[in-house]
Amino acid sequence: MSFVHKSLGSRLRGNDEFKIMPNDAPDTVDLAALLREANVTEVLDKLDADLIGLAPVKQRLREIAAFLAVSKARAALGLAGTQPSLHMSFTGNPGTGKTTVAQRMAEILHRLGYVRKGHLVAVTRDDLVGQYIGHTAPKTKEVLKRAMGGVLFIDEAYYLYRPENERDYGQESIEILLQVMENQRDDLVVILAGYRDRMETFFQANPGFKSRVAHHIDFPDYADDELFAIAHTMLGQGDYRLDAGGEAALREYIVRRKAQPHFANARSIRNALDRARLRQASRLFARATPVTRDELATITAADLRASRVFQEA
Amino acid sequence: MRLTQGTFSFLPDLTNKEIAAQIAYALSRGWACSVEYTDDPHPRNTYWSMWGPPMFDLPDAAGVMLEVNACRKAFPKHYVKVNAFDNSKGVESMQLSFIVQRPPEEPGFGLARAEEAGRKIGYRVHSYATDKPEGQRY
Repeated sequence: MSFVHKSLGSRLRGNDEFKIMPNDAPDTVDLAALLREANVTEVLDKLDADLIGLAPVKQRLREIAAFLAVSKARAALGLAGTQPSLHMSFTGNPGTGKTTVAQRMAEILHRLGYVRKGHLVAVTRDDLVGQYIGHTAPKTKEVLKRAMGGVLFIDEAYYLYRPENERDYGQESIEILLQVMENQRDDLVVILAGYRDRMETFFQANPGFKSRVAHHIDFPDYADDELFAIAHTMLGQGDYRLDAGGEAALREYIVRRKAQPHFANARSIRNALDRARLRQASRLFARATPVTRDELATITAADLRASRVFQEA
Repeated sequence: MRLTQGTFSFLPDLTNKEIAAQIAYALSRGWACSVEYTDDPHPRNTYWSMWGPPMFDLPDAAGVMLEVNACRKAFPKHYVKVNAFDNSKGVESMQLSFIVQRPPEEPGFGLARAEEAGRKIGYRVHSYATDKPEGQRY
């Protein structure tokens, strides 16, 4: 039996056809081992460790991974099954980690053997829709060809459909996408992403998409503590740290920034930290005395409190 | 008469899976694939009509297969071939070229004699298919 497990794992990693004849089908399959051997558990754990918050998203990813593993196991035991539809929609506000999760999703699907290459092609309306008649189809096909064997990530997918202009070329692109999503499910996984309410309108206007997208994952906004933890991780990656005053200032910054318009979650935080680093650099530069290693690595309250966010209050 | 041009032409016709595997090999070597078709397969006719521009930067064979199938659908009775072109400096040449579709009936070629000056005899290869006008050959 252990041999069966081993061969199953190696088959999952490879791209070869997954076929065991019913008459020599094994009786049991160890699902946990199957996930482990495809190194999916590793990716999921890394996702847990790297991404802060997003509990419902992680839960859904685990469910999808388990579902895919079960489908593989069913096939191994000779049970009837159709290729599960894997097209997804990621909805949520900007900066909630949709693109990052899509990249991980591509990796998970690759390790489970559902896509052959596991690369992510991220596009927007501009990459799919042409500017004049006859320009759209080749453009969309070009993108689809590049995405074959991997995952096609369409950011702000609702821009493809413009109801106010019935001659809009977006419709042509949608038709080609739908056709490929239906006919080449084993070559390509499509992930549509965008704001929640606008995606809902988009799906209502395009029932074809709604029925072909099996998994809807909603990305919640981050809580203040989560944003703070994200800031910490971002700083840590760049070998920066906050002193005590800086931490307090950052917490206050998060609360104030959230109340302002155009708040883009983790992206706003990253921009704020980038600006704080600029201010730190000019503060150190303005000084006559030599700087220490510690000072170079520290962002203080002054760097953050100089922000526009504090001045407006 | 079975046309024997390009790689694998003495083998039985490749299945779609085998074609995809050959394309995957070409892509893994960094070659760009293109699809061409013709209804005039004379050995000296090296320039077949292009089915779209060559496809650069594709990671997976499914993208090329998409075009192969589209070409077959548009020209169900033409010859269709896949070329793999190596654009790296120092090579810049076709590395692999094989036929992926042939018409059901291949009339073949004949040897035609031509009287030249001084009772000299010239020979040329004549494709029977070209006796008919374009579009009615196969």
